[in-house]
Amino acid sequence: MDTLTALPLWIQGVAAALLVTGGFFAFVGALGLLRFPDFYMRLHAPTKASTLGLGGVLLASMLLAWARGQAGLHELLIAFFVFVTAPVSANLLAMAALHLRLPSKAPVPPDQPQP
Amino acid sequence: MKPRGLLSHPLLSLQVAAAWLLLRQSLAPGNLITAALLGLLLPRLLHGFLPEPVRVRRWGTVLRLLGVVLWDIVKSNLIVARIVLSPGSRPQPAWVPVPLDLEHPLAITLFAGIITTTPGTVSCVVDARRRQILVHALDCTDAAAAAADMKARYEAPLKEIFG
Repeated sequence: MDTLTALPLWIQGVAAALLVTGGFFAFVGALGLLRFPDFYMRLHAPTKASTLGLGGVLLASMLLAWARGQAGLHELLIAFFVFVTAPVSANLLAMAALHLRLPSKAPVPPDQPQP
Repeated sequence: MKPRGLLSHPLLSLQVAAAWLLLRQSLAPGNLITAALLGLLLPRLLHGFLPEPVRVRRWGTVLRLLGVVLWDIVKSNLIVARIVLSPGSRPQPAWVPVPLDLEHPLAITLFAGIITTTPGTVSCVVDARRRQILVHALDCTDAAAAAADMKARYEAPLKEIFG
C-alpha cells in the first residue's frame, strides 16, 4: 500500500472517484436485479453493471498502473472480452426464458412462444 | 473454402497478434515472433469455422461509431440508474422488433452486441432467417420510434463500415 499512498494526491483522488462511480453503477445494477418485476427486466441489470460499473473500475486500475510506470494494458483486453461475451450470455438467457415461457410484463409478440 | 494466401483474414490475424501482445504487455522480440506466428496460424487452422473475411471500408466511421456507443453507454446508464433509484418509478417495458438491413454475420453480431451493451435495451432473439432482432426495452412507450432510433444510431454506421 506504500506505493499507492506515495502517488500524487490528484491521481489518488481521480482513481478514488472512478472507483466510487464504478461501484455506484454496479450497485444500481444489483438493486435493479432486486426491484424489477419480471425476468426480462432483471436481465437489464447485469448488462448495465458490466458497462459503466466495470468501466469505472478498469479506468481506475489503468490510471494507477500508469502512475506507477507499468503498462496497464490488460484492462483493454478485459473490456474487449466482456464486450464480446456479455451480450452473448444475455442473449442465451433471454432465448431460454422465452422458450420456457416465463411471464413477461410487456406483451410477448405473437410470433414467439406465449407465456 | 480454401484459405487464400498467407493472410486470408487480415483483421482477425491483427486482432490475435494484438491480443497476445496486450496479454504479455511487452514488445520484446520473442513476444513479437509469437504474436506473428499466432496471427498467421490461428485463422488458417480455423478457416473452416470462419465466415467470409470482412473488409472495413471506412475507418473514420469506426471511430465515430465507437464515440457514439461510449457516449450512449454513459447517457443510458444515468437514465436507467434514475429508473432504479426513484421509488415511485413504474417503467413500461416493451418488446421491440428491429428489422435488419445488415447482411454480414459479423455486422449483425456487432449490432446485437451494441444494443445489449447500451443499457435499457437487450437484444433477445437474433433471427437471421426473418431478418430481425427482437429487443427487450426496459422503459419504452413508442416501440417504432425506439427501433428507428437504434437503426439510425448503430445500424447505419455499421452498414457504412461493412458495405
